[in-house]
Amino acid sequence: MRGPNMLNIRLSRLMPGLVALAALSVSLSLDAQPAPATAAPPPDPNESCMMCHADPAAKSESGKSIAVDAKAFAGSVHGQMQFKCTDCHSDVSAEKLPHEPKLKPANCSGCHEAAVKEFESTAHAKARKGGNLVAATCADCHGNHDILKSSDPASRTHVAKIETTCGSCHGNEAIIQKAHLPGGNIVAQYHDSIHGAKTNGKAADAGKAPTCTGCHGAHKIRGKADAESRVNRENVALMCGSCHQQVYSRFSGSQHGTVRQAGNSAAPTCIDCHSAHRIQDSGSSGFQVSVINECGTCHADLIETYRDTYHGQVTQLGYTRVATCSSCHGAHEVLPASNPKSMISPENRVTTCRNCHPGANANFAAFKPHGNAHDREGDPILYYTRLFMVWLLIGVFSFFGLHTVLWMLRELKEVRARRHGR
Amino acid sequence: MSSSMTLNTSVPAAHSHSAGRHYRRFGPVEIVMHVFVMITFIGLALTGVPLLFADHTWAVVLVKLLGGFEGAALIHRICAAVMTVVFVSHVIRVFVRAFMAEDWLSYFWGPNSMVPNLKDGQDIVGMFKWFFGKGPRPQFDRYTYWEKFDYWAVFWGMFIIGGSGFMLWFPTFFSQFLPGWVFNIATIVHGEEALLAVGFIFTIHFFNGHLRPEKFPMDMVFITGVVSEHEMKDERPVEYARMVEQGRLQQLEAPAPRREGLLFGRILGTAGVVLGLITIGLILYGVIF
Repeated sequence: MRGPNMLNIRLSRLMPGLVALAALSVSLSLDAQPAPATAAPPPDPNESCMMCHADPAAKSESGKSIAVDAKAFAGSVHGQMQFKCTDCHSDVSAEKLPHEPKLKPANCSGCHEAAVKEFESTAHAKARKGGNLVAATCADCHGNHDILKSSDPASRTHVAKIETTCGSCHGNEAIIQKAHLPGGNIVAQYHDSIHGAKTNGKAADAGKAPTCTGCHGAHKIRGKADAESRVNRENVALMCGSCHQQVYSRFSGSQHGTVRQAGNSAAPTCIDCHSAHRIQDSGSSGFQVSVINECGTCHADLIETYRDTYHGQVTQLGYTRVATCSSCHGAHEVLPASNPKSMISPENRVTTCRNCHPGANANFAAFKPHGNAHDREGDPILYYTRLFMVWLLIGVFSFFGLHTVLWMLRELKEVRARRHGR
Repeated sequence: MSSSMTLNTSVPAAHSHSAGRHYRRFGPVEIVMHVFVMITFIGLALTGVPLLFADHTWAVVLVKLLGGFEGAALIHRICAAVMTVVFVSHVIRVFVRAFMAEDWLSYFWGPNSMVPNLKDGQDIVGMFKWFFGKGPRPQFDRYTYWEKFDYWAVFWGMFIIGGSGFMLWFPTFFSQFLPGWVFNIATIVHGEEALLAVGFIFTIHFFNGHLRPEKFPMDMVFITGVVSEHEMKDERPVEYARMVEQGRLQQLEAPAPRREGLLFGRILGTAGVVLGLITIGLILYGVIF
């Protein structure tokens, strides 16, 4: 329920409707003057504007609609606060009409100074400054005359609507292509992720899963290369950890976490295994099977030897009843075998095997789950066994292959000769 | 070539596969055992080979068709158990028959034995000479050297694949007295030897026994157990001559195979050959791509 608290509204006039507004938990900093208590309020100053803009067919010289839906404005947060048009369109004076044909964009910073300032350093603002006017500005996310508070379920910035709002660009293939939006259709990816499924689901925890702004922030959205960004490689674990606290503490104590803290930023963080937008339920077999390949992107030699074992073959076929990497190494708590706390340390290895093989003993645990039959020095027994088998195959198939081909040719000749002979 | 022509022309033209005298080559026990080994072998191959090519889409699809990993693993173990029972009962049968034989030495070393002998070596040389037209086709006895090889290949395979397979099936039991690296060896040996067995049976054995021009599409003896007089004289002249000499040919005489038996055999055999060749095709695809 972040939205309303972030509104920092400075009102130039205190309107009667404000009394009702104060009941809503909107933090308002009011440096306004009390309105004189008059018996008959002056005529609505917006009426002058609406003389032209109320016509739904009204168009500017360039053919753009200039219609303003008075009803939508009246229902909007600003309308309810009895804003005057000129509060936002501050370069227009109701006394000097008609106004200039080309107006500045509505001025939000007059009230929302902090939010606008925050926005200035976001990826969106930077893109706009760089000339990319597709990038979102205030109205693209909040709307214009129809702005509702984020706590309002109908608001574009309500937690349940964020996906759609961000998706109007980051889920729109045409815009993604045109503006080269990073990551492609990240909203579609998010939608199918566990976070997306929970956000869009009907379960009790539907609102608790993060939506776009949950990770990226609202007015703090920065590119991942920005060191200040919440989704920067250096910050992302802490950001994920703001919800996944236990996982964060396990990860921090793991080899991956330790190496990261030592300054090796190539070591994996959350998104390397889970991805950023495609995060799957870690219990699903789809994730269990595919995360093996994530481990393998760094531990290439180990995934290769793993694939030579029954464990590796069965998981490659898409089934998770057998051991995956994390079955033996743990997931977030992965530690090297030299660490006594490691699941694969000599002290813990038998216990780890027993998770799946209840009768396992020390002999059993001496099985090499990453035995390398191509490594003569490291695994001579495996190496020579494989070599023997390979030559046995070559020998048998060469001899009988030749035998068969020669036999075939000879017999065809015989059969043909017999046919002609008779 | 000329010599084999002589051999062929010496066979009366009236003898064909269905008419004329027939002699028993395999008894019902042998036929049933072969059928069981054949079915379980194909079952083992289809459910095992995908593991060796797990990175291929066809392997994923095949395992899915076989009831997923759990289904395939169950089929594999059922086939393994049945094949082991057949194999063990065969070995018991061999020793019981050897014990019952008047002369157990000749049971193992005689012409009815699967034990290789000097003549097999001579026959190999003879066959190669014949392939190149440098000599007559060797005159075979009851079992040719390639048939003996097939037999011992199964024997060796049963120990190697069967032994390693049981280790991998019951690792906690075997680890009570075997060191851990044995299971690494078992994994390698089980897969490589299985490729050898599958590759051999579905190409060489199929060709030698069934698919070669003289037998095409299949040698029905595997299901009927009988061969025509023509076949026996042509393919196993030494055995034929010995039977005549010992006056035992009459005892071997059997009725011509029945039509239903042949039909059953053709269906079973065709299914086996088709499944086998598909497996070979998939393996070749897996090895090449």
